[in-house]
Amino acid sequence: MSAAMEELPLAKALTAGLRKALGDDRKVLLMGEDIGPLGGVFRVTEGLQAEFGTNRVFDTPLAESGIVGTAIGLALRGYRPVCEIQFDGFIFPAFDQITTQLAKMTSRHEGQVHMPVVIRVPYGGHIGAVEHHQESPEAYFAHTPGLRVVSPSTANDAYWMIQEAIASNDPVLFFEPKSRYWNKGPVNRVASEVPLHASRIARVGSHVTVVGHGAMVTVLLQAAELAEAEGTSVEVVDLRSLSPIDYAPILESVQKTGRLIVASEAPGFASLTSEIAATVAERAFYSLEAPVLRVNAFDTPFPPAKLESTYLPDADRVLEAVDRALAY
Amino acid sequence: MAETSPTVQLLSPEGVLQTGATAEQYLPYIEALSDDQLRQFHRDMVITRRFDLEATNLQRQGQLALWPPSQGQEAAQVGSAHAMRPQDHVFPSYREHAVGLVRGVDAVDIVRLMRGVTNGGWNPAECGNFHLYTLVLGSQSLHSTGYAMGIAFDGASATGNPETDEAVVVYFGDGATSQGDVSEALVYAASFQTPQLFFLQNNHWAISVPVSVQSRTPLYLRAEGFGVPSTRVDGNDVLASYAVSRKYLDETRAGGGPRFIEAMTYRIGAHTTSDDPTKYRQNEELNSWIARDPIARFEAWLRSRGESDSFFVELAAEAEDFAADVRKRTVELGPPSADLIFDNVYSEPHPVMDVQKQWLGDYEASFGAGV
Repeated sequence: MSAAMEELPLAKALTAGLRKALGDDRKVLLMGEDIGPLGGVFRVTEGLQAEFGTNRVFDTPLAESGIVGTAIGLALRGYRPVCEIQFDGFIFPAFDQITTQLAKMTSRHEGQVHMPVVIRVPYGGHIGAVEHHQESPEAYFAHTPGLRVVSPSTANDAYWMIQEAIASNDPVLFFEPKSRYWNKGPVNRVASEVPLHASRIARVGSHVTVVGHGAMVTVLLQAAELAEAEGTSVEVVDLRSLSPIDYAPILESVQKTGRLIVASEAPGFASLTSEIAATVAERAFYSLEAPVLRVNAFDTPFPPAKLESTYLPDADRVLEAVDRALAY
Repeated sequence: MAETSPTVQLLSPEGVLQTGATAEQYLPYIEALSDDQLRQFHRDMVITRRFDLEATNLQRQGQLALWPPSQGQEAAQVGSAHAMRPQDHVFPSYREHAVGLVRGVDAVDIVRLMRGVTNGGWNPAECGNFHLYTLVLGSQSLHSTGYAMGIAFDGASATGNPETDEAVVVYFGDGATSQGDVSEALVYAASFQTPQLFFLQNNHWAISVPVSVQSRTPLYLRAEGFGVPSTRVDGNDVLASYAVSRKYLDETRAGGGPRFIEAMTYRIGAHTTSDDPTKYRQNEELNSWIARDPIARFEAWLRSRGESDSFFVELAAEAEDFAADVRKRTVELGPPSADLIFDNVYSEPHPVMDVQKQWLGDYEASFGAGV
């Protein structure tokens, strides 16, 4: 490993990215519940208040609409607020401010103001937590014009994408795969390798393409590993950006494999997986050898944690879809 | 309970300057005003009312999608607007036409919003920092608090220089006080000790729902529960609105923390032109408020101070000209370009906007090609 590379858990790569952004631009602020002395419930902001002061990194009252609503005002003042929403299921009190205000401010002002607001959301299951702590609400925000939605799956992407999200003059919903916070990976501190809104081939294959984001990428890579043992070559695409979606690598992959499976931890009805399936069917119809298949959680509320391994798609559920696609 | 709550009133409904301890506290703010400033208060109220009538008529004639009339609330708005300094920022709801005009918004820009040719209308940076109207009740309260937090972080308030220290005023109504965002804004404002004035216009009706359904306690007392000092004023008394706003703005820009005013007023017209207030309001109540009209009251006082008849005659003519100009420019407004759909949804390039804008252009062009 070169001197520029270091091995970091995803959460600490985020901390490093936030520290870099705070150091580079004094207009960058971190705000949220318990992010100060405690460093956030996942310790992503650990040490940052001590380093940058209480005017740059501060605890807010426990009101999510207040976090986002005041962040909008701070952005109008010229700041670049980075809001932490403590858990996925607690973003809904802020839903009104995000969808009716944050997403529409720039177009309402006909471009006379920018909204450089980042909303960090630890999302998804696999952590055995109680209700409202394991959800995947990305699609609500991807559906809303005016927002950008991204989700890193690796430590390196976490480090770079958080900085690129903060540098964007548009509001960015930043979904962090909380179950992967402690997965270590190499971080290249010298140069970003992929633009914020680009998708990425995470593993090269030739028989079938599987697409996902965030924590699902680990599951897809595991499935690809298992498939290889059985002689099936699976190409894995890490979406990274959920709005806009970078379709070029997906379409190129499908032109090669002729088969596509789209996977996510969210319910599949009116979802990102259905969106991608529809778009690929429209744009790569003659390349497809099988229908685009979706692998999702069930169209139910997230069940009690003792059932999460049954509810969330795992490598076997992905491979079941791979087998169905190959049977056409 | 409301009737027994103390209310700051400097001018009686008959236009007589009040005396007594409360009035004594605020009269110095009035005595510091020049005759020209007092005339300007009156001019702003009269022009706004005539504009409001013209806009209502334009809606009735199919020129506007909607109009939220401000008739009856001119004193609350004009008094508080003149209490601000140029560097202050204003976050309105959607009925603050008088405040907008005082801060330099072109009346036709407000009309453009209600005509449906824009979702905004003006550039706040060029219009006295008067931010855009907000149609989701109470949302702007949090934006104003965040903005005021930014002022404090910048060290742009509490330096002791009122000529440069900045403050924020947010307007909202009695209905909006039931929205969680208003309570959250008060929590954040108290927590961060923002340089900010919450200005509640209690016009007694949230469309058809009376204020008694919003609150069992006088609304200004709610602010005290959040740790925000508050005062109730006679909102139909432009001098009371001005003086209390001035005092509170002086205090908050000096670093004293947020303040709250409840201006008791009345919406003489409908909630909007889509509404029929005769279905839910009693004539006696309406008439009692017409008798407390803010403009008649102030005119009576100005006349008692020796203001000449010609001032009022000329002002009436000026208001007619103002309304005629608004009408002329409104009916001349063309439709917006379809580019408005796509441009500025994002600040930075976005592939979906590019593709869909291109598609629409090609689609529209396809109709012209073969004909």
